[in-house]
Amino acid sequence: MMTIQASIDRMADINRFATTAAVRRLRVASALVVCALLALASGGASWAAEPAAAPSAADSSIAIRNFMFEPMSLVVAAGTKVTWKNFDGEPHTIHSIDDAFRSGALDQNDTFSFQFDKPGTYRYACSIHPQMIATIVVR
Amino acid sequence: MSDQDPIVPSRRRALRCLAFGGAGTLFTLAGGVLTPVELALAVTDRTAAAAAGVPLFVQISDTHIGFNKEANPDVAGTLRQTIELVNAMPASPALVLHTGDITHLSRPEEFDTAAQLLSQLRVTELHTTPGEHDVADASVTEYFNRYGQASDRRGYYSFDHQGVHFIGLINVLNFKANGLGALGPTQLQWLEADLKGRSASTPIVVFAHMPLWTIYEPWGWGTADADQAMGYLRRFGSVTVLNGHIHQIVQKVEGHITFHTARSSAYPQPTAGDGPGPGPLKVAADQLPKMLGVSSVTVQRHPKTLLLTDTTLA
Repeated sequence: MMTIQASIDRMADINRFATTAAVRRLRVASALVVCALLALASGGASWAAEPAAAPSAADSSIAIRNFMFEPMSLVVAAGTKVTWKNFDGEPHTIHSIDDAFRSGALDQNDTFSFQFDKPGTYRYACSIHPQMIATIVVR
Repeated sequence: MSDQDPIVPSRRRALRCLAFGGAGTLFTLAGGVLTPVELALAVTDRTAAAAAGVPLFVQISDTHIGFNKEANPDVAGTLRQTIELVNAMPASPALVLHTGDITHLSRPEEFDTAAQLLSQLRVTELHTTPGEHDVADASVTEYFNRYGQASDRRGYYSFDHQGVHFIGLINVLNFKANGLGALGPTQLQWLEADLKGRSASTPIVVFAHMPLWTIYEPWGWGTADADQAMGYLRRFGSVTVLNGHIHQIVQKVEGHITFHTARSSAYPQPTAGDGPGPGPLKVAADQLPKMLGVSSVTVQRHPKTLLLTDTTLA
């Protein structure tokens, strides 16, 4: 079955990403430090002007509650690890529309994490309840 | 239980008490039309059952092995009761169709328990199609490792039994981002070829997990490209489309096509739009057996008709 093979290949890709994730994260962190220093050196104006909602590389979490992802739209910095937790009695999955990542079935209180290293817009859904759709933007 | 079982005596009452609540639907074929028959009725009234025709198959659905929340902490027990109900039928149907959500979380141990329970069915063939709960493992392999042989791991296949053409379809794999299930172009192409050249008088039974017509779009109770499939089926004189997924009976007739969704053997779900989503519905313990069940179909020879029956565990 093509689709299954494709998703198995994808899983392999995801695993490869995972191994280099820590390295990438360090790179992102040091890049941020350099940016901050440059901003300070130039009076800090441009850095301070950034809105509070500016993406940071700190870990992020998404709750699944009442058949909804909360928040439904999330902006994170590249290198951020996002963790989903299912609070519903009904199981849910995290399945990106383009197959970039896919969890197994999450029962109540189960979690799933994925590290977003590549900038882009990721749409995902619950494959059990595909009307549950949400987006993560990685900058 | 149905409205069809009015008067009658203590034996049926006793069986009704024994029966758990949702059981199934029995299908009979009469005059090329499938008709549902109350399964408990078929069990209790041997004469009526014999007159109704040849038992063709029983549909079991949404067994959700692995579910353990308050809506039903013992789904294995209610499946066991459902199987006893089917085995107690006076003339055993040759086939059982399981229309998906065999397991709750696609875990290997859930599939093993389900297989062990389903092996107690006194029938010669068990045919399955997966629900979204059966393909929820990250690698999507557990279902196909066990039930993939009939379809060469594609999920869709057809076979003939007693002059009836059966078609199993899969609509839980390539879901559309609009929230509905989908068959996909490859499967639709196969379906068109499978039906080509068949006589319009061949009774057709189509089974898939998610409803093949839109019952309630906000909850994904439908299949985005089902209309195309119905286009290929419309010329046939008797088409019965059987689904599960919504854990309650909803029926519709459109031309020669009869649509029917089965009860679950595990737990009921709310009616469309009632509450935040289609999750397990907690009901009073004495109500649960009346909301679980099976569907069965029998064939009537002259004229050739399919008769469909829904039966609850109580």
